[in-house]
Order: sequence, then structure tokens, then C-alpha cells
Amino acid sequence: MGFLKTFVLGGIHPPENKLSAGKPIRSLSVPVQVVVPMGQNLGAPSKPVVKRGDKVKTGQLIAEAGGFISSNVHSPVSGTIFKIDNMMDASGFRRPAFIIKVEGDEWMDGIDNTETFVKDVTLSSEEIIAKVKNAGIVGMGGATFPTHVKLMVPPGRNAEYLIINGVECEPYLTADHQLMLEKGPEIVVGTKILMKALKVNRAVIGIENNKPDAIKLMRDLTAEEEGIVVQPLKVKYPQGGEKQLIKAVTNREVPSGKLPIEVGCVVQNVGTAFAVYEAVTKNKPLIERVVTVTGKALENPSNLRVRIGTPVRALVDEAGGFPDDTGKIIGGGPMMGKALATLDVPVVKGTSGILLQREEAAHRPVEGPCIRCSKCTQVCPMGLEPFLLSRLARVGNYEAAEGEGVMDCIECGSCQYTCPAKIPLLDYLRLGKNKVGVLIRARTKR
Amino acid sequence: MLTISGSPHLHGDNSTKKIMYGVVTAMLPAMVVAIWYFGLGALEIIVLSVGFSLFFEWLIQKYLIKGPLTITDGSAMVTGILLAFNVPSNLPWWMIIIGALVAIGIGKMSFGGLGKNIFNPALVSRVFLLVSFPVAMTSWPKPSPITKTLVDTITGPTPLGFVKEGLGAGKTLAELSQHLPGYGQQLMGQMGGSLGEVSALALIIGGIYMLWKKIITWEIPVSVLVTVFVFSGILWQIDPLHYTNPVFNLLTGGIMLGAIFMATDMVTSPMTRGGQLLFGFGIGLITMLIRVWGAYPEGVSFAILLMNSVVPLINKGFKPKRFGTVKMAA
Repeated sequence: MGFLKTFVLGGIHPPENKLSAGKPIRSLSVPVQVVVPMGQNLGAPSKPVVKRGDKVKTGQLIAEAGGFISSNVHSPVSGTIFKIDNMMDASGFRRPAFIIKVEGDEWMDGIDNTETFVKDVTLSSEEIIAKVKNAGIVGMGGATFPTHVKLMVPPGRNAEYLIINGVECEPYLTADHQLMLEKGPEIVVGTKILMKALKVNRAVIGIENNKPDAIKLMRDLTAEEEGIVVQPLKVKYPQGGEKQLIKAVTNREVPSGKLPIEVGCVVQNVGTAFAVYEAVTKNKPLIERVVTVTGKALENPSNLRVRIGTPVRALVDEAGGFPDDTGKIIGGGPMMGKALATLDVPVVKGTSGILLQREEAAHRPVEGPCIRCSKCTQVCPMGLEPFLLSRLARVGNYEAAEGEGVMDCIECGSCQYTCPAKIPLLDYLRLGKNKVGVLIRARTKR
Repeated sequence: MLTISGSPHLHGDNSTKKIMYGVVTAMLPAMVVAIWYFGLGALEIIVLSVGFSLFFEWLIQKYLIKGPLTITDGSAMVTGILLAFNVPSNLPWWMIIIGALVAIGIGKMSFGGLGKNIFNPALVSRVFLLVSFPVAMTSWPKPSPITKTLVDTITGPTPLGFVKEGLGAGKTLAELSQHLPGYGQQLMGQMGGSLGEVSALALIIGGIYMLWKKIITWEIPVSVLVTVFVFSGILWQIDPLHYTNPVFNLLTGGIMLGAIFMATDMVTSPMTRGGQLLFGFGIGLITMLIRVWGAYPEGVSFAILLMNSVVPLINKGFKPKRFGTVKMAA
């Protein structure tokens, strides 16, 4: 293969452990009750448009965008709004959510809920963006940034590249991989729709080299497509990070504190491309997604298509049941995912995986003194000095931490993964980011 | 019970212990050579140095710092071996015990223990011993394979000391070089010197092992050695009768031990690659200045300690290249 493209600074290669690779996507049956949080996107939470006791159909709008950076929420099931209450979500906090009792599965009129493949799209850019906005689509890699906002190129900026993120660099996760294998043609159409929306004529699908079957399939599917190329990438975490992927594919660096559009790039996840396909060609809002349910103690690691709002417990049961020696449940991948307090939190738009860790793997190793080995600096994909930033945050010198670039941290966790002294570097970096954020807001207010 | 903690939820299998015992492993070839050429005296020094380094760290940690047990992390063992490597094999037993106390007590624990010290502990102790016991620290047993003599009693100078003294007495290099060991002997370590520094080959093997295991990076050893080679090469080109050739400068004295094992000490070396290159350059330069114009025939220890003291400054000046800070060409 020779030299494969990748990003330059830092990076690590943790054991991949893709236990559910190659497992066909199974549809999980609709549960008896779903919990649909109002804030499923980065930005402002959505505002409810239905009330307690209302009957809703599958795909019906139940909450609308609560600001510019916000998104619509649709009912993933048909039934009755049982309650609107604060419910615990993946963050561990209780936040406003709809609790819907399921009755049958009656879809809204106008939604094409079949597998029929639609190839041609004649809509204009504006029409596409409107459809994407209505469908409540957010970035499905986990960041949950509202997709329609990303598609609206700000004045004075020019999009040149659409980059489709099929990297899936998190260990264990296989949802995007399997989606590419099973829904390749749809993802290609989704890519073409996104290109049209952005008015770009170049798209690159970036896939890491540990998925040769997906690379081959996507290459075959795009062979006839003008402007779409598949770019195999060297396996390196965190290549799925937006800035790292742009660097790997185009060799452009998004300036510190700026958005990808600054260098003419827009990145969308393959899952998002598929959701866009469904929204635009079939009027189907974002009410279900593919979730990898995995873990070394799990009987049957799986890729499941589930309705938003389904309790995590149902997914774990489908994958063989909750193993006795589970020590940690992670929503997302092991590097950037969040530890869940219970199995009773719902799947949301950004849930890419559920990982069960055994008791022995669930605990942090004992922290030792920093031996100044500088490995954290060597692996930092943003070129920061995590040992220094963590020390500054630890002593409360947030001004200095800001000067050392703490806000550039993408929280990939490479530093903490690598640290031989097992120092919880990212904990302190997060603290620093938080406090510096407060400082910055106070400054702009004045 | 479920555990809740922040990401990442994976941890690499590298650890401080692995690094330290990796360094110990890398020092094994040099240890074997030391015992081969210097006999049981070398073994005795190594055992005493390691044993008492561990003992003093345990003692200080338990009764002065009152912290948890730290001697199992391997760092005291590394310091102990490095200290032994830096002294002659016939050093009186009580001096090496004092050396261990200085290395661990003053060099390391007085700063707060592992990771906090500014200077390489083994070198602090070596220099302490050198100025306190100059005679004992500069009487070098003549090496002979262990199969011939178990404990050496005949002493002689190191090649560097021999050359410096000879040149000082007005002899020419041509006369002196007849009495020097050949390159082969220098490479294998059959010459006078501190017990761990003599065999360039054994040290290089250890260095390659550490590079392979990613314990060290190439920047420091290479920049030290290149600086010494170039500096001595220039002088040698100017006046080959008065200055020793660059290969001789690399193979004799403590430069290999210093470049590969002492200067690369993570705690006391710079954090970024650029800083490490400057650090290595400084060590090479100061070493050569002392060797050529200083009072001592050898200057690696002083060079490393001097450069250790400016590491915080180097760290301030050499930052890693930040992502997204370079202006894009439009």
C-alpha cells in the first residue's frame, strides 16, 4: 500500500477490538415506552409542540428547534405522550424529555418507510437544506451538531470539499462500518445530496484501512460518480476528529478556534449522509439509528437499528443480556464515550455505541508521579502539552492554561491513554477548558 | 456496582515500572561487560549501589516523607545501576554506600522523589564522589577478562586521562597513541574507565533496545554524539598532532554512557524534540570544551548537570508545533 494518508501531529493506536465487525444490522423491535430527550443536539434544546395526553404518530414533530443552533425532534413511535418530565439522560443529569407510551406503529402520512432505493434527486440546495432541517438531523458521529447549520455556508466563505467521515476510529464501534457495507448506495446518494446542498463538486469519503471491504465497496459504488473519491487512511486515533480528518484528506489545517469551513471543508459522518438520504428522498425524519452494542463479556456483540428513545437495557438484552461482571456501561466508544449510571437511559441521536466493560477494566489504574516522559505531548493531535495544562489547571492558573491553548483540546483522551504514570490528564484539561470558558464569557460580557 | 468516570475508558499498557525495568534491561549488556573485564569488584559495586539505593529510598520515603512504598517502581534501581556505572570498580565499599545516599537522598528525595528532581541523581552523586575522593575516583583498574583474574589490583589511567597527561607533559600524540588501546578494544571495552562506560558496543546495544521499546527518542543521544564528533573532527582537521581524532573521542570516556543512558533520563531532559536537540548539542559542546581546555580529562558529567539546570528554560523556549497555528497559504 505504501504510505497511507493520515494526520501529522500525534495520535495513538489502541487495540481495535471490533468485536461486532461484519455482524449484519438487526432491527430492534419497538419498545413499549420510549423516553425522548428535548436536548439531543449540540446547542439550544428543542421546544415541545405537543402536550401531555396528545396522540402522536411515528415521525410526527414533537419539539421544534429552540434557536439557530438547534434541531427538531420527532416522535420515534406512535402512541400517547404519557408525560413531559425531567428524565436522566446519558449525561447523568435529569433533563426535559417526552415519555411516550407506544401503541402500534402508525407512521405519519408522506413518509416512505420502505427500503425502495431512490437514486435521483432534483431538489435545489435550499430545498435540501430545508428538508434536512425539518428532519431534525444532527451529526451522528457523536458530536450532534445540527446538520443543516453546517450546510449553510456563511457569507464570505466558500465550501470546496465535502468530506464524508467513514473513519470510525474509536475502538469497538462498528456501526458506521456495517452501515457502509449494507447501505452503500444510499450513502452515495446521500453524499450527492450533501454536495448539491453545499454546491461543491468534490467529495472525499475517508475510510481507515482496517475496513478494506468498505473501501472496496465504496470505491466500486463511486467509480461512475463524478467528483466523489474514496480515500483509504492509515489506522490512527483520533482520525475521526473533524480537524484531524481534514488534515489527513486535504492537508489543510483548520486554524485554532475556527470552523472547518474556514479551509473550505465540511465534514459529515456516513450515518449522517444516510440520514440525509432518508430525509430528502423519503421524507423520513431522524427517528432511528444504528448502534453498536458490544463488550468482551457480552454474548452477542451486535449492530442494531433502534428507535430513538429506546432504553439502553433493551439493546443489551438483544445482544445477549447484561453480563454479571460488568463494571462500566459506556455510551459511545471507549475513548470519548460517557460512562452511564444506569441501563435505563434512552438511545439518542448521538448514541453510536453501547460498550460494556468488565469490572477489571472499569477502574482507573493508580496514579503515580509525572516522570516528564513527554509522551502526552508526543501523542497530542493538537500539539498541546497536556502535562503542563493539567498542572496549570490543578493549581488553578487558568489564565496561563488559556495561553497554553487549553481551548484547542478536542478531549480525545490520547494523552491519558498513553500516560505511563496513569495521570488523569483529561480530567484536568476538561476542568481547565471549563474555567477558561467562564473567563472568556465574562470577558465578552464586559 | 457501576463505575462512573470521565473518558477515556481505555488505558495503554505502558507504565512507569515498564519504562524503568526497560532501562534496567537495556543496561544488562554493559553490566555483563563490566563484570567480564573488571571481575567481582564490578559485581560488588553494582550490588552495593543498587541495594543501598533501594534501602535509602525506602528509609527516606517511610520515615521522612511518610509516603507510600515507591522502591518497586524501578527508578531507584536505575539510579543505583547508573551510579555504579559511573565509578571505578575498585572503589572502597563504603564510598559507594555514601554515593547511594547522596544520589537518592540529595539527588532525588530532597526534591520530593521521582519526577521532581532537576539533576540526574546518579550524576549528582558521581560529581560529589569525584570532588570528595578524587584519588579513589580516578584510579582505574586495568581490565582483564574474568577468566584470568577474579579481582583486579593493577591500576592505570583511562585513555582520555593518559592523553591529557601526556600532552601536558609535552609528548606528541603519535608517541602516545602507541600505548592506547585499539578501536576494537575501545568498542568492546577493554580499557580503563568507570565500570559501565567502557564498552561502546554494549551501550549502543542498550540504546537500540530502548529506541525499539520507545523508552527514549533518538534526538538526545544522536545530537550529543554528532556534536562531539563534529567538534573534535574540526579540531583534529586543524591539528591532528595535538588533538585526538573524533572516533577516539566517541569511543572513550563516558560519552556513550552519558549520551545514551544519562542525558536521556526523562525527568531531567527537555520535553520537546527541538529542545532535546539543543540539550544534546549543549552537552556535546560542554563535554568537548572540558576535554580539550578544561582541567579534567573528562567532562560528560559536568556537561549533563549543567544542561539539566537549563531544562526548564529550554522547555519554555521550545514548544511543540500547535495544530492550526500556521497561516494557510490562500
